[in-house]
Amino acid sequence: MEAQVVYIVLAAIFGLFMAWGIGANDVANAMATSVGSKALTIRQAILVAAVFEFLGAVLAGGAVTDTVRKGIVDTEQLAGSPELLIYGMLAALLAAGTWLLVASRNGWPVSTTHSIVGAIVGFAAVGIGVDAVQWGGVAKIVMSWVASPLTAGFIAFFIYLTVQKLILSHEDPLDRAKRYVPVYMFLAAFTITLVTILKGLKHVGLTISLRDSYILAIGIAVGIAVVGAIVIRRIQPDPKAEKDQHFITVERVFGVLMVITACGMAFAHGSNDVANAIGPLAAVISTAQGGVIAAKSSVPPWVLLLGGAGIVVGLATYGRHVIATVGRKITQLTPSRGFAAELAAATTIVVASGTGIPISTTHTLVGAVLGVGFARGIEAIDLSVVGRIFLSWVVTIPAGAILAIIFFSLFKVILP
Amino acid sequence: MTRGVANIFGASPVQPLEQHIDIACRCAKKLRTFFPAVIAGDWEAASAARDKIDELEEQADELKKHIRLNLPRSLFMPVPREDLLELLLVQDGIANRARDVARIVLARRMQIPEALAADFLEFVDRNVDAAKKARKSVRELDELFTVGFRGAEVDLVTGLIEELDAIETDTDNRQIALSAALHEIESTLNPVDAVFLYKVIDLIWEIAESADKVGRRLELLLSH
Repeated sequence: MEAQVVYIVLAAIFGLFMAWGIGANDVANAMATSVGSKALTIRQAILVAAVFEFLGAVLAGGAVTDTVRKGIVDTEQLAGSPELLIYGMLAALLAAGTWLLVASRNGWPVSTTHSIVGAIVGFAAVGIGVDAVQWGGVAKIVMSWVASPLTAGFIAFFIYLTVQKLILSHEDPLDRAKRYVPVYMFLAAFTITLVTILKGLKHVGLTISLRDSYILAIGIAVGIAVVGAIVIRRIQPDPKAEKDQHFITVERVFGVLMVITACGMAFAHGSNDVANAIGPLAAVISTAQGGVIAAKSSVPPWVLLLGGAGIVVGLATYGRHVIATVGRKITQLTPSRGFAAELAAATTIVVASGTGIPISTTHTLVGAVLGVGFARGIEAIDLSVVGRIFLSWVVTIPAGAILAIIFFSLFKVILP
Repeated sequence: MTRGVANIFGASPVQPLEQHIDIACRCAKKLRTFFPAVIAGDWEAASAARDKIDELEEQADELKKHIRLNLPRSLFMPVPREDLLELLLVQDGIANRARDVARIVLARRMQIPEALAADFLEFVDRNVDAAKKARKSVRELDELFTVGFRGAEVDLVTGLIEELDAIETDTDNRQIALSAALHEIESTLNPVDAVFLYKVIDLIWEIAESADKVGRRLELLLSH
């Protein structure tokens, strides 16, 4: 029994460490645009991020947690030696956490998802055997890494095109924005809520019928759109500022919309990335508690809570600084462009999370920003940096794998 | 990892381009202080204005270099990089011509014949007007990028360019009239002075011409 406690405590520490790292670094992706465009203050952004990351992790993170937990390693092969799975998952967590720390210290754009998947595949293939990896599942995940930025890019392209056609290209963009922005609010809230209800809630033990799901999603979305419309109506043009920049008031209207998409983005991020940190932890806990590899058991809710809490602590301790830095850097992503990118990325990620596919939120967001760029919305994108970001997973997977193999061998020797 | 997403935004050339035309235009505008001083024979004031023009021209040059250095080929922009660089070049022409004019006039302590003075000052004024209109057009660049170069904003800029064209035509006519007037009295002038007066009139007119080229370049951006 003592060994089991050691495993669980270690896993919880490593899992917290990784969730903290995600909160400290990655969350800025979701919130920085809102802060940069002054739609939210840093304090408000941290609050919003904390709430929605947490909700995303708890309400919609279950499926991805399951995939990371048992969709990559063929647990049946390990039925005789459950401790191997425990060592491996501990090693994977530590490897991914370490790699993320090294990478963010050096400013390399790497993905949490790629690190953890690389680490799990690494320990399983080398530490146990090539057959221990569910290659079909891995292939699906890797394919989604190509598909998710493309999908987000396409969606963002079309969203921004409608913004140009419906609002910006008209003589009275402010009136048009006030009329159409609530529609975007409805769409954003509806998609994310619906996917969460349909795909996420069953992991929390709630089942809602299809009809009720739609009614609930529409109800929530209408509520959000109405509140948004009321806030928007109170925005008055500032003629002096408009002389320099005709769209300044229009952008303020989009700023309100962007608060909603930023919530969506934080939620989506919580549902996918937190699950990455929590999946291995859940695997260790269920194995250690049962003494056998439990394929059916569900993720204990306190584990998801732990992941959510780790993110919030990361945000509170370190995220403030990162959000401010990134916010200053992405002033080109004005609310009208930023919301298009965020809405596209959030939708793609939440759908992937619902399906249980761990994708890279960073890459998805980059794809979405490129989509806005293709709609001629962004002044200048540095393609060499974009290339480096997409290439980074080529490095991250072996790096995660090698670190995981080292830690795995180490744990086999030193752990009871 | 986060910083990754932030770093994909290259340095946008749009704000710097707007700043650049602003400096170039201020540079040309200084001729409005310079020439009255010259005509009044106040060389101290004229040389102060020339110093200011030189300073602004240098600022414009430095900004031009900065923009070029920050516009690598790897940038993905809604308009071709070459077109923006060309726009920058013609914008810079406005400042350069203003500098050339002030330099020659001051170095030679040139006298503007009294018979021409009033028309001459108006001619300078109109050329500065052209530069100001060019600045107003370029200031719409960030809005054009926001709307993806379509819709009402394009009409607005097209309108500005038409106004710029009209001013340029006006300076054109004035240049011809002024040269003709100079021709009438050239026999009363020192021949070398007369030659240089023709040259200065031409150089001043090149300010409007540069401004007009800015309009042409903007039109090219619109047609993409």
